[in-house]
Amino acid sequence: MPKKVMIFPVNSLILYDLVSRFGHQPLAMMSKIAEKVRDPEVDSPPINITYEEPRHGLKYCAVEVPSGVRGRMALLGPLIEEAEAAIIVDDPDIEFGCSGCARTNELVIQMLHNKGIPILRLKYPRSSGEARDFVKSIVDFLKSIDGGAS
Amino acid sequence: MTVKVAQISCGTEYSGVQKEIARAAEKTEMELVFPEVDSSDIKRAMEAIGLSPASSGLKVMLARALVIVEGRADVDGAIVMTCFRCAEGALVRHAIRRFLHEKARIPVISYSFTERTKAENLLLRFEALSNMIKRRFLLARKKHEGLTIGIDSGSTMTKGVAMKDGEILAFHWLPTTEVVVSGLKVYKELLSKASISEGMVEAVGVTGYGRFMLGKELNANLMQEEITVCSKGASFLGKAQEGNATIIDIGGADNKAISIYDGVPYSFTVGGVCAGASGRFLEIAASRLGVDIETFGEIALKGDPRKIAMNAYCIVFGMHDLVTALASGARKEDVAAAACYSVAEQFFEQQFQEVEAKEPVLQIGGTSLIKGLIKAFEDTLKMKIVVPPYSQYCGAVGAAILSSGLLGRS
Repeated sequence: MPKKVMIFPVNSLILYDLVSRFGHQPLAMMSKIAEKVRDPEVDSPPINITYEEPRHGLKYCAVEVPSGVRGRMALLGPLIEEAEAAIIVDDPDIEFGCSGCARTNELVIQMLHNKGIPILRLKYPRSSGEARDFVKSIVDFLKSIDGGAS
Repeated sequence: MTVKVAQISCGTEYSGVQKEIARAAEKTEMELVFPEVDSSDIKRAMEAIGLSPASSGLKVMLARALVIVEGRADVDGAIVMTCFRCAEGALVRHAIRRFLHEKARIPVISYSFTERTKAENLLLRFEALSNMIKRRFLLARKKHEGLTIGIDSGSTMTKGVAMKDGEILAFHWLPTTEVVVSGLKVYKELLSKASISEGMVEAVGVTGYGRFMLGKELNANLMQEEITVCSKGASFLGKAQEGNATIIDIGGADNKAISIYDGVPYSFTVGGVCAGASGRFLEIAASRLGVDIETFGEIALKGDPRKIAMNAYCIVFGMHDLVTALASGARKEDVAAAACYSVAEQFFEQQFQEVEAKEPVLQIGGTSLIKGLIKAFEDTLKMKIVVPPYSQYCGAVGAAILSSGLLGRS
């Protein structure tokens, strides 16, 4: 059975591609933003988020948490709820992907851990050797979770 | 004239306020620019500014500031914004403001927003920034020349001064009834008190809430919002025209905290949600005690605020506490002191969340004459408060100074 795999950084194109290649469904920020941008009912450029989203984010964190975190969580929270597995890359380069907010990152990682789902947590590679090991670890993980294509 | 302003921010799009920012920019004829950066700029910016925030959105902000300093972005000013209650964002915001001010020498305004921020909340700031750009050389002016009149058409009081070569010739105030009627009465009274004819007046400057109506009637040379104008007046009268200073203004209906550098504002907050931290609350309290506002300030100095439980987070409940205290035999002095401390504490907790309190702290406006309030502020802020001479006329003096700059003498 293909699994819904949450990726972190939440907008990493490389992780998105790897998860897709092995037959799973990547859960990523891009797809949520694409839904927002295409929504003809809303006119709030650039990504059609209005003051409503930070309020929806209250489901995940209190009003004392900055609005930027709550707005991001309005998009990411439902993805975390759906997730059946997760790949978390620590200390990535900014080009690899980022949500822009370290506090959001902390909350996303904590919520994923609290779910009790299979999680692969690995460091961002800094050499070509590390990069090979990095990809191999991800591939092994994706194969290990039930139903992934070989 | 459209001005180009760099938006250096984190979280605006996820807070749903970007559209409001764009709307405020359009209303104030600003073109928002987002300086382009790459990853090498980020590393260099963190080294140059000396901050390494964890959030990549804040790292990009630092890089955008560096790009401006290096002259790779053609902008006239910058607005620096992060989420309200983000401590990391606040540190970055202040660091960028200082960096741009010192290295790029462009006007900068900083602001922390919530999802409730609307274009209307931003307009006064954007208008102030626009004035700081368009009238940069005017705002840098440190002296007054010629014979000019400045009028501050406030929501409660209309105040005016006539100035000649840096000296105040006459001053006058009236309660604001109709904006134009009150303004014209003050104007005529100034001419009379200063023994000058209308033809001798070289320029007129008007600020405050009624500036456009009154300015049009007086054919004023300058009609400008009160943030930049009061900053000029306060720094001139308080002899704080060089470096940092902070201005506190408890108005009749609202209150302001303004951070200034070299007499020009860079950050400010305007509160007005609750009258519990306004001059109006103190007026009502004085009336209930049966004394005038000046005596109220004097007796507050002799009181102990700790003896009264007062909640002035709401003017209604504040008055309720006051009446209850009096009914249970409390001394007038203690009640007056408690009212002053309540205003100071509420101001501290609300306005100083965004504005840095840098010395000298100048307290201006009519309420700066209430001695008990000044003591309450000194105890609350743990800082010495400076009340400049003519402190209630700072807006009018600022308008007189800035309008004199339009005479083209120096």
